[in-house]
Amino acid sequence: MTLAPPTPGTDRAARPRRGPRGRAGEGAAGYAFLTPILVLLGVFVFVPLAGAVVISLQRTNGFGDGTFIGLDNYGRLFTDPVFWRSALNTTLFTIIVTPLSMALGLGAAVLLNSVLPARGVFRSILIVPMAISGVATALIGVLAFDENSGIVDKLLRAVGLPAISWQSDGTAAFVSVVLVTLWWRVGFNMLIYLAGLQGISPAIYEAAKLDGASGWQRFRYMTVPMVGPSSFFLLIMNVIYSFQVFDIVFVLTGGGPQNATSVLVTYAYDTGFEVRDQGYASAIGVVLLVLMLGFTAVQWRISRTRDLVE
Amino acid sequence: MTTISRRGRTGRRLRVALAVVVSAVVLFPLYWMVVVAFSTRSELLGGEFRLWPQTLTLQNFRRVFDSYPVLTWFGNSVAIAVVVALISVAASLLGGYAFALLRFRGANTLFLVTLSTLMIPVQVIMVPLFGLVTDLKIYGSYWAVILPTAASAFGVFLARQFIIGIPRELVESARIDGAGHLRVFRSIVLPLCRPLIAVLFFMSLLQTWNDFAWPLIALKQNELFTLPIGLLYLQGQFGSDYGGTMAFALLNVTPMVVLFLVFQRYFVQGFARTGIR
Repeated sequence: MTLAPPTPGTDRAARPRRGPRGRAGEGAAGYAFLTPILVLLGVFVFVPLAGAVVISLQRTNGFGDGTFIGLDNYGRLFTDPVFWRSALNTTLFTIIVTPLSMALGLGAAVLLNSVLPARGVFRSILIVPMAISGVATALIGVLAFDENSGIVDKLLRAVGLPAISWQSDGTAAFVSVVLVTLWWRVGFNMLIYLAGLQGISPAIYEAAKLDGASGWQRFRYMTVPMVGPSSFFLLIMNVIYSFQVFDIVFVLTGGGPQNATSVLVTYAYDTGFEVRDQGYASAIGVVLLVLMLGFTAVQWRISRTRDLVE
Repeated sequence: MTTISRRGRTGRRLRVALAVVVSAVVLFPLYWMVVVAFSTRSELLGGEFRLWPQTLTLQNFRRVFDSYPVLTWFGNSVAIAVVVALISVAASLLGGYAFALLRFRGANTLFLVTLSTLMIPVQVIMVPLFGLVTDLKIYGSYWAVILPTAASAFGVFLARQFIIGIPRELVESARIDGAGHLRVFRSIVLPLCRPLIAVLFFMSLLQTWNDFAWPLIALKQNELFTLPIGLLYLQGQFGSDYGGTMAFALLNVTPMVVLFLVFQRYFVQGFARTGIR
């Protein structure tokens, strides 16, 4: 530490300052330290968020002032098939991608945490997709799943399987979005699980082995519970990510064919910036946010009750 | 005894084989991007399936560089990412210090409010945010991207987790010696935070470099584009010219992949030390 020892004079002057004023000083310091982040978040997140709620109550066209129409935009949502399709797709995407990327991430982490030659190289390879932009990832996907010249269909045909209409068949398009996302996201899940696994002492595995626990039993009854905190963190992060998925869908499929891969975020973007119906777009956004809040609240509750039970 | 060791050996071979297969699946799309970027147009249009190109060419790169201000876009990406990373690291460290070490009224609420912004997709607030940057007269400048991107709730969260791990006695004793919080922050916490700073800086750099949704709105003029926006724009112009698109994608991807591979050890360690496990 480079702090100078206090000189007697300043010491006496400093001492009475601690006590009530010291605590007040801590409060002032707290707010002062938080000022930059709170100003940034306040101005560029919360002010626009309040704006979005206000705009969602308006009829708008272009970027002029709108007229208030109450909850009409929200009412419109009920009879809008594209909205329902997008809401369903967002939910499906979340329900499919979250557990799959966590399971694959945990599997890869366990594999690459075991004794293995060139373990570091394998780890590096698996996390490389994390460094690649969503747009580039999606364009590689476009290249891979092209119906005329895509490498995936060429590979399928090369091994004697029929080609798949990745671009014109809705289900296949949805699957391609999921596959590209998994390629992109599993590395992150593996990384967090690896950090979690490194906190577990190998000695307890040895003990379990001596007691005759099988590999699966050790995984199921030791590894899985012990990486619980990582799982909870990843559950929250994956759900947040899945609800907000944009780059991949926007670039890979554009929400098509016939809205088969449209999600709430791409629908909100199209409505706000292509159709320029900002009021309705904001209403879609607010609904998305409420859905996410609900999902996250449920996760909190479940994890807390589980903590109490175990 | 021998059966156990034999079983151990086949288990090991199985694991190696599995690791090789998984790595191949992960690497193949990247390999294919490189192949396409260096392939001639005629070869890409050919129907048959080849795992490697017959001839390598730079014509895709030449075409992209001739048609688009690629170097300007590259410079924009660097400038925006570096400035965002600097602001974001500073704001995250200060915020993390406050949430980790200081007690004040409303601290928990403010922390939850900060974290809750993670749930707000930029698409939800895009319309008013667009109006806001127009009102602030920064629309059409770098700042229109930089300022809304710089506030990182996740950065604050990581910083708090890391700083909580710093022994409290260090901070307390400096306080008793009469150091103010700014002093404690600067001479005690910051030097201990080097791995954290590296993680935060790199994470922010990576995220901003790859960011897409908001820059797509905020950067309407061609000459202000960042690489991902330029990439999409170019794809729109080039259509299914995969050679050109992949050549440009490679320019977008390579710097971050290299940085990532060079610094990944520190990155992983820094991540682990923030106590997320």
